[in-house]
Amino acid sequence: MDWTPLVLTFQLATITTIILVLVALPLAYWLVHSRSYFKPIVETLVSMPLVLPPTVLGFYFLIAFSPNHAFGQWLDEYLGLRLVFSFTGLVIASVIYSLPFMVQPIQAGLAGLSPSLREAAFVLGKSKWITLWKVEIPNIKAALLTGIVLSFAHTIGEFGVVLMIGGNIPAQTKVASIAIYDEVEALNYSAANSYSLILFVITFCILLMVYAINGGYVKRFWK
Amino acid sequence: MIHLDIQKRLHGAKGGLNLAIQLNLQKGDFACLYGASGVGKTSTLRMLAGLMPVDQGEIKVNHQIWFNSTKKINLRPQDRSLGYVFQDYALFPNMTVWENLRFALPKGASEQRISDLIEMVELGDLQGQKPATLSGGQQQRVALARALVQQPPILLLDEPFSALDHGIRQKLQDYLKQIHQQFELTTILVSHNVHEITKLANKVIVIVDGKVTQTASSQQVFTELGVQQSLQLKGEIIKIEEKGNELVLSIQIQDNVIQKSIPLKLKNQYQLDQEIELNGDFFMH
Repeated sequence: MDWTPLVLTFQLATITTIILVLVALPLAYWLVHSRSYFKPIVETLVSMPLVLPPTVLGFYFLIAFSPNHAFGQWLDEYLGLRLVFSFTGLVIASVIYSLPFMVQPIQAGLAGLSPSLREAAFVLGKSKWITLWKVEIPNIKAALLTGIVLSFAHTIGEFGVVLMIGGNIPAQTKVASIAIYDEVEALNYSAANSYSLILFVITFCILLMVYAINGGYVKRFWK
Repeated sequence: MIHLDIQKRLHGAKGGLNLAIQLNLQKGDFACLYGASGVGKTSTLRMLAGLMPVDQGEIKVNHQIWFNSTKKINLRPQDRSLGYVFQDYALFPNMTVWENLRFALPKGASEQRISDLIEMVELGDLQGQKPATLSGGQQQRVALARALVQQPPILLLDEPFSALDHGIRQKLQDYLKQIHQQFELTTILVSHNVHEITKLANKVIVIVDGKVTQTASSQQVFTELGVQQSLQLKGEIIKIEEKGNELVLSIQIQDNVIQKSIPLKLKNQYQLDQEIELNGDFFMH
């Protein structure tokens, strides 16, 4: 069995998740504390990947990143980036596709904290940054973990977006979900089954871990 | 020391309220903001601390302007040196008792300060524990100690004892009195417990519908000036007995039951489970 698609899938999921943490934390923080008129618009945009068919997202990425269009051309000329049918393009598409899975738990976590915690830190002379880092984030660990795991698992499960923007290039864009589709097309059911089974078991374990940790089972076990 | 003259339009559950508060406190004053729920006591405290925007006016502390709407000065909460004890204590759940105080310690200050405070509020045995494992009274003492770590000249307390039972409340009031004197603080307490106010405060600021109606010593306010005439208690009739030509009503007010005799001819006006309002006059007869 060729392991490359599986390795590629986990590479993509890991990189996407790391970027998402860095992007989603400030975004969720802004959504919780801002009173801007743009807030509902940003909230809507962040949630769009939850309801849109992945192919719609993939289609627009394909158009935007294509060197035949202005944005893609600009990327190609000035930054030397060719995002269509490349791993970098997959990462960018995955970040946007999984954004709500990271932003929403963090946003809910931050909004669920008593406002007096933040205020107490301010009165004690601490900046917003120190308050976020030392008070708010440590108290939303469960939400953060949920966001990380859901985004990771969701990226593993990507198909439509990846197919549209990445295509099926071995060792570059051919992730496990695409490989399964490919093997089925070639009537190679046993290889498809191997990939599927591995994905099934791994995603099951990841989700089980979240529920076990957030449900307090792990703590009880270690006591 | 504290000069405050502020205006603010508040939007509450009962509709809008125009808050217009003037306060002048001297160093060493122990002032209490007294009034019914929703008259703007907590909001006043929050605006002094910079936690709520003020519409108009001025806040001056020790000749330093903290807020001035015409000069467009508005210090951040971080830059106003005061201690604040929140109603829900606002202890950081991720930190132990020691770490909660350590977080408040200014850069370069000695950790001895923390040890001294922890000793003062008798929390030495619990300093390694997280707030969630402490009782209400213990949490309250941590909050008090944490508010003092920065050695602020002003201490603000928002109904700090409201969630505690009677015995612990008494003890904490003693702590607070001692701290106020020892640290030479100027303290503002939000409370509607008359006993607490009489025990602690030298100045009572009565707020009615967003305006200061009286500023006086606690004795004056609660006796001579007759606050009790505007005080209204809601109770429920739990028992009606006829005794001779009188009717004895047993009325439950929160956890207390009081009895009131009325002429028998008023019998038709009262019935069991009826909710009635008692005003200050009731106690004078």
